[in-house]
Amino acid sequence: MTTDSAVRGPEVPDAHRRGRVKCVVWDLDNTLWNGVLLEGDACDVRPEVVEVIRHLDSVGILHSIASKNDRAAAWQRLTELGLTDLFLHPEIGWQPKSESIQRIAASLNIGLDAIAFVDDQPFELAEVAYAVPEVLRVDVVDLADAIRWPEFEPRFVTEESRNRREMYRTQSVRAEAEREFAGTNEDFLRSLDMVFTIVHAEREHLQRAEELTLRTNQLNSTGRTYSYDELDAIRVRDDHLLLVASLTDTFGSYGTIGLALVEKGDLHWDLRLLLMSCRVVSRGVGMVLLNHVTRLARDDGATLRADFVETGRNRMMQVTYAFAGFREIARDGDRVVLERDADLELPEASYVRLVTDPIRTATP
Amino acid sequence: MSSELTLTEIRTQVREFIAGRYPQQEIADHDDIFALGYVNSLFAMELVVFLEKVFGATIPNQELQIDNFRSVDRMVSLFERMRSGGSPAEAAPVAVSG
Repeated sequence: MTTDSAVRGPEVPDAHRRGRVKCVVWDLDNTLWNGVLLEGDACDVRPEVVEVIRHLDSVGILHSIASKNDRAAAWQRLTELGLTDLFLHPEIGWQPKSESIQRIAASLNIGLDAIAFVDDQPFELAEVAYAVPEVLRVDVVDLADAIRWPEFEPRFVTEESRNRREMYRTQSVRAEAEREFAGTNEDFLRSLDMVFTIVHAEREHLQRAEELTLRTNQLNSTGRTYSYDELDAIRVRDDHLLLVASLTDTFGSYGTIGLALVEKGDLHWDLRLLLMSCRVVSRGVGMVLLNHVTRLARDDGATLRADFVETGRNRMMQVTYAFAGFREIARDGDRVVLERDADLELPEASYVRLVTDPIRTATP
Repeated sequence: MSSELTLTEIRTQVREFIAGRYPQQEIADHDDIFALGYVNSLFAMELVVFLEKVFGATIPNQELQIDNFRSVDRMVSLFERMRSGGSPAEAAPVAVSG
């Protein structure tokens, strides 16, 4: 795979390449279609490119556009081709493509290293390589080879991955509503009628749970990944709790967005893993699951401890723990044990309704 | 670390940030902002990122404790401590107001 024309991002160890791409950003002229729109070309779509897009869409990889073009004309052509639904947060204008890519990453709330960029122009590929080197670059002539790279191959495909584009689309409708909302942020959150549901993990949750351990970076307490089988074993143990969280609001469902893995002891419980999808960070629910686990531990007469590993990407989780009243009690390099001050009150998010299932043993 | 800003300027900026986030409240420099209601991860992160920009330095892990962020006074003392490279000092008192 090291021909001169194959363009890649920075070298990444194989283990980290698999399923790394969450969104592919496409050029239009001479990439998605043949010819140059503003030069009056017919711009017939390249069926093999659309096939790639539809395939990646079906396994949960999102798509966007970075095109130097007239926005209205390009969108009209995409509408004629019936392709507009496939693309989220398209950037069509005259700004540098690196800037478009950064905006797309910010709109989707994903890292630059989760983005692949496809273009036919060496200049654009080089500009992106220079300004945002984390992005995986693909020359469109190499597309057929590139989609076989592990970066484009999710570890597995769940119901959530198949619905991912629809969920992100709902998300942008929400974002629009938020921009137009006149009150404070808290008033807006209250207007969403959010329902946060926490249940014990059943077998049907485990694929998504495994996926969450792989895909979540910012609000992830250890970065440790767990396989389906590991989670299935943990799920039925009496001395462990495996909780999954989901969120809905007036616009629809965000899907399963949180996971907590707890080892229960007599004096203290250890929260081995806590994570929350980047999809819900802006909804102010990052602490709801943590507070729920704290409450369960307290009701059991135990203090809550939490494992934390600095991964270089999860400072938001570190800050979340700090602001939830956790302090460091032990450290070994970048591995930390935190403990919550038992005297602190447990505030409740006034704008979220919490629904939980009763404590019980999971059924094998 | 930035030596451009005086303590007074730091205090003013922190005060303005907090006032912007709680527009309906009158907040004194010693008021406990977390007693005003629920804090979410996003606000916590925004506060930390804002302070690091104003301070011109990363807040060290051992200082990432809720008590250091309870009030404008506490955040200013955190800055003073970071600037002098000192260890955690006595915390300024906070008023738990309604």
